[in-house]
Amino acid sequence: MTKTGAVKITTPTDRELVMTRVFDAPRGMVFDALTKADLVKRWLLGPPGWTMPVCEIDLRVGGKYRYAWQNADGRKMGMGGTFKEIVRPSRIVTAELFDEDWTGGETLVTTEIVETNGKTTLTTTVRYSSREARDGAIKTGMAKGVEASYDRLEALLQA
Amino acid sequence: MKPHGYALDATFAALADPTRRAILARLADGEATVTELAAPFDISQPAISKHLKVLERAGLITRGREAQRRPRKLEPRPLAEATDWIERYRKIWEANYKRLDAVLEELKGKQKKTVDALIEETKPKPRKRKAK
Repeated sequence: MTKTGAVKITTPTDRELVMTRVFDAPRGMVFDALTKADLVKRWLLGPPGWTMPVCEIDLRVGGKYRYAWQNADGRKMGMGGTFKEIVRPSRIVTAELFDEDWTGGETLVTTEIVETNGKTTLTTTVRYSSREARDGAIKTGMAKGVEASYDRLEALLQA
Repeated sequence: MKPHGYALDATFAALADPTRRAILARLADGEATVTELAAPFDISQPAISKHLKVLERAGLITRGREAQRRPRKLEPRPLAEATDWIERYRKIWEANYKRLDAVLEELKGKQKKTVDALIEETKPKPRKRKAK
């Protein structure tokens, strides 16, 4: 029996990060929620305080997508990508890059959508350009996390 | 950043191997000698020693001072740093996917309505029935 809810993250090889989550919905619907801009901008928001004013998706092989986020405190973040492979409703492959390039070059993102007994398992594999790039991204992620904590601390001290 | 940040590459490389992860899991229960660590595995003691060297270089384990036994001990800090990041990443995606759950629930509701409407439409309507 597949359990919905928990996000599982593994690092099966030295340049990959794999994330798995089960949803209580048919996979066609999951595919739509991942690829239709008006649906994506409702959930792909990240940590609290962020909104997604830009969400443009040209869903065809070679087509581009562009996401941009904004925090209530004025911080901005953006990323863009190109669709390499689209198999509705089971598979999407894209090459993407954050504007700040904190992943050490483009990442290849493979999304696999598998349905079993009405439940859908979403597996996202992020392949970095090298082990150094992945670990670099992890370090930057840590640095950003520390930075975010300091930001919160600062806000707290100013209040 | 923290002084141990630079060692993350080594941490992840060390964790990429299943034998080394098993060794760490064993050491999480308490210190152990090389012989004790090698016991559950079907590999030679020199091979185990090699794995231990990798773990040691990554700062994940240290050696005890007891001259004879030299038990290996788990060093929790580098592991905690690596898992901290993964934990943060996981939290962000947990929040994203929770919102996605809500979007999917709404889509399911809409689809059900459409299906119900279709069933309603295809029901034979008594007035349009052809007379024999």
